[in-house]
Amino acid sequence: MTDTLIDRRDLDFQLYEVLNTAALTQRERFSEHSKDTFDAVIETADKMAKEKFANHNSAADKDEPKFVNGQVDMLPEVKQAFDAYAEAGFLAGRYDYELGGMQLPESVMAACNGFFTAANPGTAGYPFLTTAAANLIRVFGSEEQKSRFLPHMLSGRYSGTMALTEPHAGSSLADIRTSATPTEDGHYLIKGAKIYISGGEQSITENIVHMVLAKIKGAPAGVKGISLFIVPKFHVDENGTSGARNGVSLAGLIHKLGYRGTTSTALSFGDDAPCHGYLVGEPHQGLKYMFQMMNEARIGVGLGAAVIGYRGYMHSLAYAKDRRQGRKASEKDPESPQVPIIDHTDVRRMLLAQKAYSEGGLALCLYGARLMDDQHTHPDQQKRMEAAKLLDLLTPVIKAWPSEFGPKANDLAIQVYGGAGYTREYPVEQCWRDNRLNPIHEGTNGIQALDLLGRKIWQDQSHGLQLLMQEMQVDLQAATTARCQQWALSLSETLQQAVKVTQSLGKTLMAGNVDKALANASCYLHLFGHIIVAWMWLRQANAAAKGLGAASSDSERNFYQGKLQAAQYFFHWELPTVAQDLVLLRNEDETCLNMEVDWF
Amino acid sequence: MKVLVAVKRVIDYNVKVRVKPDNSGVDLANVKMAMNPFCEIAVEEAVRLKEKGVATEIVVVSIGPKACQEQIRTALALGADRGIHIETDAEVQSLEAAKLLKAVVDKEEPKLVILGKQSIDTDNNQTGQMLAALAGMGQGTFASEVVVDGDKVNVTREVDGGLMTVALNLPAVVTTDLRLNEPRYASLPNIMKAKKKPLDTTTPADLGVDVAVRLTTLKVEAPATRQAGIKVADVAELVDKLKNEAKVI
Ligand SMILES: Cc1cc2nc3c(=O)[nH]c(=O)nc-3n(C[C@H](O)[C@H](O)[C@H](O)COP(=O)(O)OP(=O)(O)OC[C@H]3O[C@@H](n4cnc5c(N)ncnc54)[C@H](O)[C@@H]3O)c2cc1C
Repeated sequence: MTDTLIDRRDLDFQLYEVLNTAALTQRERFSEHSKDTFDAVIETADKMAKEKFANHNSAADKDEPKFVNGQVDMLPEVKQAFDAYAEAGFLAGRYDYELGGMQLPESVMAACNGFFTAANPGTAGYPFLTTAAANLIRVFGSEEQKSRFLPHMLSGRYSGTMALTEPHAGSSLADIRTSATPTEDGHYLIKGAKIYISGGEQSITENIVHMVLAKIKGAPAGVKGISLFIVPKFHVDENGTSGARNGVSLAGLIHKLGYRGTTSTALSFGDDAPCHGYLVGEPHQGLKYMFQMMNEARIGVGLGAAVIGYRGYMHSLAYAKDRRQGRKASEKDPESPQVPIIDHTDVRRMLLAQKAYSEGGLALCLYGARLMDDQHTHPDQQKRMEAAKLLDLLTPVIKAWPSEFGPKANDLAIQVYGGAGYTREYPVEQCWRDNRLNPIHEGTNGIQALDLLGRKIWQDQSHGLQLLMQEMQVDLQAATTARCQQWALSLSETLQQAVKVTQSLGKTLMAGNVDKALANASCYLHLFGHIIVAWMWLRQANAAAKGLGAASSDSERNFYQGKLQAAQYFFHWELPTVAQDLVLLRNEDETCLNMEVDWF
Repeated sequence: MKVLVAVKRVIDYNVKVRVKPDNSGVDLANVKMAMNPFCEIAVEEAVRLKEKGVATEIVVVSIGPKACQEQIRTALALGADRGIHIETDAEVQSLEAAKLLKAVVDKEEPKLVILGKQSIDTDNNQTGQMLAALAGMGQGTFASEVVVDGDKVNVTREVDGGLMTVALNLPAVVTTDLRLNEPRYASLPNIMKAKKKPLDTTTPADLGVDVAVRLTTLKVEAPATRQAGIKVADVAELVDKLKNEAKVI
């Protein structure tokens, strides 16, 4: 066990040496900031995450929320953590000063939120969902809706949820059935059922603001007929005072593998009493609105997956230094003391893999957060547009790669612990269970693969892809040491092959063989994801090579050597695994496509 | 009423401390540093006094290298009004710290000085007491409750036998114990406000204090690792072992 959530030296490296986050303070929006204020905020996050979130991570998992007399019974620590997060101003951290915010860059907010998820993914869910719901209202809501709901959501009096999924419509939101009927009073009457809604009921806040997707009676079929509604648990008057109960109710709690601290709810709308909903923006634009906010939500999922992976890595690293077992194969003396298991090469392999996955995943998500900053605040209009395009292209990877390799890191953490890892006395099995959600929600990884190969790669005449290659070129050329140059070479060779295979898949798509072209989309996602993360490792290696040259102490040198070794691990052990993807994609392998249901 | 609070930069309490290979001290290179937890309690108490309308100004002072300004900024973000940094790269021991603080007390003339009862790096538990002696003030150490009452302060102290309350004439020195309060977090808006609060720098020479060390550290060693325990069959065996092996009863 260790208290370290995210290694601060590593975070400093990623934020300041790789991403040059301090340079953001030269931009108008962040001009009141300095590296010191960023660090002070990160310090508050780290401290609060340790003291108020990590303290009940295991307890909230063991004693999951229960439905008692129409109320959700949950640990009091969850509310204490939520309130501390709100009071410190994190809910409004990215907002304008006028809204009580602190105009923090997304890069810094992402770093902060990393600590909370690493400490306790279940409890962190409540404030994160509140932020996401508040963002929808901020961007698409009317002035009246903003003044009625936003201040209370940003202060933590009200929480928020995202209510999309229905029992028969998860990946395919086009098929939702929840309906909205206009009334003469301006509001709509919502009727239907939602499932898996995180935080849909709780005993933390005085009110809950559900952001609900529903179809207005008579709307066009499919995604073009979906609208977005605000559905408060309690009616709210103009002053933001909560009054009588609205007709949305808890149909039941869902019991899960992990993420147990976050309630998962089945909600019914308009069953026992009329349920009022307030249309956000224009009718039939709901899904579009949701998707515009999706980049942020998906970076959030990727980041969560990376930092839970990171947490397991920190635990297993501490354990491996402590646990003594056996001797080196070369040691013949049975009376010699047993060595710490970290002395066994195979254990080092498992630790290096975790380091490569979790620090690589974190680098990817922080890069995504930086693109969000650039998209909104870069002084050059052209650069803002480019950042938006690049982010759009990378979003499926930012969501899917860490959510595949984060749980893999946790799997290895369990293995490092041996038998202890399989028991509930040690923390790593919970990391794995919690992390296992991430490939499923916010669009399954299967859906992300289709989004990438079926849409994102081609959109805008593949402009995003061209921008990506330009960006990569900068880092390929920045490789100056022999080691880095060798890695840059293997990255650029793999990239060339990937471009070729992309072109041939494009031809198949153009010829109308859509199912064939997309049959191996998951391989494409793996190939593309590994190339992106190899690039993230090259960027880190370039910065580490520079840092190593200037390092003045052993611990600094050790830090940079560790980065370089992890980069080497990625280039020697991981990047070559795309060879199989390349073969399957090049051959447009039809094994899965041609398998028939009856043959199973 | 002006309150002076002293804060110290120490190794973060979450960090596993490592002794340098040559036993000359503990390894501080790239180790995460933070405000001493007892000093956080001291700042919190001062801020609460201000919120109650008892204190009017909180001045926070720290002694040490340039990096100490981080801890001063943290105290400012927690609610202190103004900072004083006494900059020195030299090792500062309890007596020298007390003398430097005495010099600041002479200048600032606070009614109340609040310090942590000890710092978690050296655990000396001396500076507050020395300062009280040097400044000729009353002292209320190990405070678990502080109530200012006119020109007096009542300090409830945690002592071996329970709680002892002393009434001190102001100005006075108070050192904090763990249960005095639960410190707040530096909130985001207050971190921004802290940036604009004044922070003055001075040096031991400016204050006319000689900080040459009077104690030499011979050797620093990690505590012996704890031996694994054993299970005893019954009370008789336990008593026997305590008597004959451990020889403690
Ligand atoms: C703990 C938890 C929390 C959640 N929180 C929320 C929440 O707060 N709000 C909310 O609205 N929802 C929430 N969800 C729902 C989540 O977003 C859905 O579970 C997810 O979108 C998948 O939908 P589904 O479960 O219906 O699976 P399905 O859509 O039935 O998918 C089953 C499988 O089929 C595959 N599949 C489906 N369609 C395709 C296709 N077209 N092509 C290829 N493969 C396909 C999927 O990849 C998957 O492997 C949560 C879910 C969980 C488990």
